[in-house]
Amino acid sequence: MRKFVLNYLIPRILQYFLVIFLGVTITFIIPRLSPVDPVEAQINRVMMSGSQVSPDAVISLREALTEMYGLEGSPLQQYFAFWGRLLRGDLGPSLATFPTPVTTLLARAMPWTFGLLMTSILISWIVGNILGALASYYEKNIPIQIVDVLSQAVRPIPYYIMALLLLVFFAYYWPIFPFSGAYPPGTQPNWSLSFALTVIRHSTLPLLSLVLIGVGGWFIGMKSLTSNIISEDYVVYAENAGLRKNRILSQYIMRNAMLPQITGLALQIGLIFSGALIMEVVFGYPGMGTLTFQAVMANDYSLIMGITLLSIIGVATMVLILDFIYPLFDPRVRHQ
Amino acid sequence: MLTVTRDLLKYDGRFRVAFVFLVIIVIMALLTVVSPYDPKKTFMVPQDLPPSLEHPFGTNSRGQDLFWWMAFAVRNSLMLGIICAIVSRIIAIFVGMVAGYRGGVIDRILMSINDSFVVLPVLPILILLSFLLRGKMSLWMLGVLLGLFGWPWDGRLIRSQVLSLKERAFTRTAVYSGTTPLLITMREHLPFVLPVVFATTINNLLWSIGMEVTLSVLGLSDVTLPTIGTAIYRANQHQALVAGVWWWLGAPILIAVLLFLGLYLLFSSVNEFIDPRTRLRRIGA
Amino acid sequence: MSLLKMEDVRAYYRTEVYGISRSVRAVDGVSMELHKNEIYGVAGESSCGKTTLIKVISGTVKPPLRIESGSIHYNFGAFQMDMRKIDAEEMRQNVRWKEISYVMQGSMSVLNPVRKIIRSFEDIVGTHQGIPDKKAFQEQMRGHVMKLGLPPDVLNLYPHQLSGGMRQRVAIALATVFNPSLIIADEPTTALDVVVQRGVLHMLKDIQAESANTVLLVTHDLAVHANVADRVGIMYAGRIVEEGPTQVIFQAPRHPYTEHLINSLPMIGDKTVKKSLGGAPPNLADPPSGCRFHPRCPLAMDRCRTETPEMIMLSERHRVACHLVEEGRA
Repeated sequence: MRKFVLNYLIPRILQYFLVIFLGVTITFIIPRLSPVDPVEAQINRVMMSGSQVSPDAVISLREALTEMYGLEGSPLQQYFAFWGRLLRGDLGPSLATFPTPVTTLLARAMPWTFGLLMTSILISWIVGNILGALASYYEKNIPIQIVDVLSQAVRPIPYYIMALLLLVFFAYYWPIFPFSGAYPPGTQPNWSLSFALTVIRHSTLPLLSLVLIGVGGWFIGMKSLTSNIISEDYVVYAENAGLRKNRILSQYIMRNAMLPQITGLALQIGLIFSGALIMEVVFGYPGMGTLTFQAVMANDYSLIMGITLLSIIGVATMVLILDFIYPLFDPRVRHQ
Repeated sequence: MLTVTRDLLKYDGRFRVAFVFLVIIVIMALLTVVSPYDPKKTFMVPQDLPPSLEHPFGTNSRGQDLFWWMAFAVRNSLMLGIICAIVSRIIAIFVGMVAGYRGGVIDRILMSINDSFVVLPVLPILILLSFLLRGKMSLWMLGVLLGLFGWPWDGRLIRSQVLSLKERAFTRTAVYSGTTPLLITMREHLPFVLPVVFATTINNLLWSIGMEVTLSVLGLSDVTLPTIGTAIYRANQHQALVAGVWWWLGAPILIAVLLFLGLYLLFSSVNEFIDPRTRLRRIGA
Repeated sequence: MSLLKMEDVRAYYRTEVYGISRSVRAVDGVSMELHKNEIYGVAGESSCGKTTLIKVISGTVKPPLRIESGSIHYNFGAFQMDMRKIDAEEMRQNVRWKEISYVMQGSMSVLNPVRKIIRSFEDIVGTHQGIPDKKAFQEQMRGHVMKLGLPPDVLNLYPHQLSGGMRQRVAIALATVFNPSLIIADEPTTALDVVVQRGVLHMLKDIQAESANTVLLVTHDLAVHANVADRVGIMYAGRIVEEGPTQVIFQAPRHPYTEHLINSLPMIGDKTVKKSLGGAPPNLADPPSGCRFHPRCPLAMDRCRTETPEMIMLSERHRVACHLVEEGRA
């Protein structure tokens, strides 16, 4: 047990902190490297928007912005202040919807993204892996071969284009699904069943587009993994021993092929997350993706920073959770 | 190289399809040399004409011939992909080889950094970057930036190749016979590493052009420059679908699908060809 | 009484990839018989076709391997079986592991790495017989492995927690669960150290003695055959070149290849310099004409280049395929 904690858990926890450290540092450095001074840029935008601002107001605005952007003091002081605010959960106020704190906006959007992401990952990972294993083991099955070809065609298409295609087909030409949003404008989110049903109806297209691409990816990966595992000694042995095909597939092949797929999921969480963000923009889904889009449109610098930070921490945490789940499935890691 | 291409063309359907798609794309890119229209100019032809013989992709609401505009878009997107590929290959090869050959602490440090970059969600960071550099982001800059984030996957791959090569008998023979390490790397190991690098480069191209599309669609790159992504951005800006000018969106989507499918099919057929295990699988009565 | 009768069996690997087609003639005209209650050893260099022969005998022939011609008949006492005609499902249900079991080369990895060892036992017994009473079954299995010299707790461990030798013995324990008529062991002792080798070989001998079944032992290590086998068959390039009782093969080999193999074995007190055979084992995709050994045979005649030698019975149990022997020249 101790070996397990030492050799497996601790390095991964350390890696987790390293990722967050690197990510936060990059997020800190980037704005300070750009030739654009965000304070000046902001002031310019305010002035150009036509509102009358007196010189005094500009000065106090500049001070306030500098303080808000954390640009006072030397770079090192700024860095520590940055970390301090982060650890206190203070991401500053949103500029476009002053003075709503960024954290409030994020808290509102995050559950939507989280729900979409979790659901799509679960469905696509499980379905994709099962289909992929079946495709490899039962090679002569025609319907599965069709899925194979479709998956290969679908997988390289960027999330955005897939979303667009689905939107055009299912909401435009053949309108069975609503165009956008997670609920019709004007409805108040609540916990009633009818609201839940509306949400489901609206979420189907974004979920579908994520799942379609996801299933394609996992399918292809699992198929190739399974093909390799089929020639492994323990599978051949099981076949020689006369075990039924179904049993071999589930207990010998899939149980082993699943392991690299869990690792693969951890490695791809960043990409899947980015894909989900895009999906939200196309479908107007009220999650972090749309929030990002709005933030960019509105030049809301602090909101964008907040989203970036939350994304980094969120993805890193999901990876850590997967790292904790993996030993449950691989006894070689549990008992060293 | 040519025999490999010929073999693949003959025996792998995917490669044939990929080849056709990509040749189309490359021809389009090369055609830009003889383009009759300057992509930066607008209102040179009648607006909103559907596809016809004279304008194979139709024209858009800004009075530009879409076919020639897309030719430039293809060229730029490809260039971007290539820049990113070169930058990330260099970093990946460097990291992978140093980590593989040196081992020990350096290996652990490099791999920890490598894995961190793999986990980091690149899109939010890129959005932040592009947001700050709005208007000042050129194609070259975007390519280099993407390259700075696109290396970790291959870094690890190259490292594992190096690790397995180090243990092979022919390496030890070379070392015992007094060959300098650099020569060993160049002459003995590179031929093994390069095919893997080639396969992952294709994957990298897919990723970088996909990222470009995503960023441009959000309006975060240089929108005056024709790329596949900015084409969609422009079309959205002018409400192409609503206005019924569907070919404005259709053209970039078509090109994108050709390009991505072509690259991906190329990737899988080449990958299968290179990997001895998958090659064995194709042997079957 | 014969358990297995094979006549003129040919099994080839046919490959066709990226335009290059090949036909590897791994088993090219093998006729042999396996008797009940014996240990039969198959000896030969790497790539002589031993493993393919086993695949044919154990009925695990999969593309690109195909049985081109020949007959393979089993007599299990209770029923007979024609290997080439039997239905796959019937084979799986009634023959595999119940009559024929196969311990593969490299038993290091024949056990499912993510499940406990007892589960492999459950799977095998469950599929062929069903497990009505779990507790009784576990007791039975513990008894079985203990009889084979394994600690009963081994059942609750994972494969990676065992040493190579123990995994090999577990594989043999699994193979003998139903007391099959034929146990095929492919290189059971390669990759094990000598002490463990001895243990495994004793285990096999004891099993065979107790259940009076047939063991087909395939290894290139002649010392193993000398220790364990009753009869030995020497294979070369897809064909059997000599076969006989162990004593005879070791003390009076007739085929030049067998002679060379036996002479190359080191013996205590023997200080003669050992010579190696020139050349390399033939490429089975393009084997030499006539007698396949002729390129490397020090006594080859013209006839050996053109005519394939037939099997000659030197005595009731000893046969050899060599023109020299036929003409009385060796």
